[in-house]
Amino acid sequence: MAKNDWPLFEVFIRSKQGLDHRHVGSVHAIDAEMALTNARDLYTRRGEGVSIWVVASNDIVASNPEESGTFFDPAEDKAYRHPTFYEVPDDVEFL
Amino acid sequence: MSMNAPGLTEDQRNQAFSEYVGDESKVEPKDWMPEAYRKSLVRQISQHAHSEIIGMYPEGNWLTRAPSLRRKVALLAKVQDEAGHGMYLYSAVETLGVSRDDLFDDLLSGKAKYSSIFNYPTLTWADIGAVGWLVDSAAIINQVPLCRCSYGPYARAMVKICKEESFHQRQGFEIMNTMAKGTDAQHRMAQDALNRWWWPSVMMFGPPDNESKHSAQSMAWKIKRHSNDDLRQRYVDVMVPQAEFMGLTIPDPDIKWNEERGHYDYGDIDWTEFKQVMAGHGQCNKQRIETRQAAHENGRWVRDAALAYAEKKAARKAASKVAAE
Ligand SMILES: [Fe+2]
Ligand SMILES: [Fe+2]
Repeated sequence: MAKNDWPLFEVFIRSKQGLDHRHVGSVHAIDAEMALTNARDLYTRRGEGVSIWVVASNDIVASNPEESGTFFDPAEDKAYRHPTFYEVPDDVEFL
Repeated sequence: MSMNAPGLTEDQRNQAFSEYVGDESKVEPKDWMPEAYRKSLVRQISQHAHSEIIGMYPEGNWLTRAPSLRRKVALLAKVQDEAGHGMYLYSAVETLGVSRDDLFDDLLSGKAKYSSIFNYPTLTWADIGAVGWLVDSAAIINQVPLCRCSYGPYARAMVKICKEESFHQRQGFEIMNTMAKGTDAQHRMAQDALNRWWWPSVMMFGPPDNESKHSAQSMAWKIKRHSNDDLRQRYVDVMVPQAEFMGLTIPDPDIKWNEERGHYDYGDIDWTEFKQVMAGHGQCNKQRIETRQAAHENGRWVRDAALAYAEKKAARKAASKVAAE
């Protein structure tokens, strides 16, 4: 067998307690367990993480850029969801 | 208008894309991009990845003969980092729809290009100092502007890489400085290593601007930020005072501070040598690829074992599931 075609896993790392896991890249591995150790070896050589998630890239469901116009449209014209929409007199404090 | 908007013609998308990257916006894997942009990135990122992988060999050559445990752990960590850099970059280039196995095949078959610098031999321990100091310094100057590259995954990989390069450069400088200020024999070794590595390092920035075939388009696409010659000038300006500090002489009699330009002048580069090495006729091209092939072959049993183990585990899991039902 010349090729491996091992599946691709996306890697997410929590850099310290109190922060979210963040996408850092991907690794190939034969299974999820191996993906975890590969991700540790590759992405945390200097203590960059306290927790790792791996997820098979094929299992990720993503929105489509071609549809982002209509997909995100419902939020686009709702300026009243932002604090800057509201008028506040200059001399009122703590608002 | 977004280049992703449905129903656009090819021309409209191209136009929207140029404006988009022109505004310093970042392109992500699923965005529409011109085929030539995608191809250009695949070429650049894969060559970069291959360079990191082949770049392990000149230094790996001295791992077992490092003069102290301190030097050995440092060099081992550096070489491991270079492997990591290769992986970050393969990961980035895969987002453009190419498979890592195909890229590996291109490297193993000798089809893929990588940086010419790694086709020079590391003859003495001083070469390890010279490589860390000269080659990693050049890499940093090349790579820092790539952290702002228009293609998101490449830019993010470069941020991680640049953070790690700084230790590489320092450990090289430390070796070089120690030898340059050591015994006469050590100083001579350091000078000899500098003599052999200087010009190949200066060539790492690629052909002169008037001959660089991909440069202008890469700049327009915000993949590249500075011309080859601008980066090379920056390199010379940074390295000359460092060599002086160590009491070493750069093997270029034309190096001279130019008050008017505010830069060091330097001599003509022998581009025939560069072309020879790129064409496969450097001192170590053949050896590098053979070493890579041997490493791949010798790792086969590990890959086979991993596959067998995973299959066994999956079969056991399936069996216990059946038993439980
Ligand atoms: Fe590197
Ligand atoms: Fe490096």
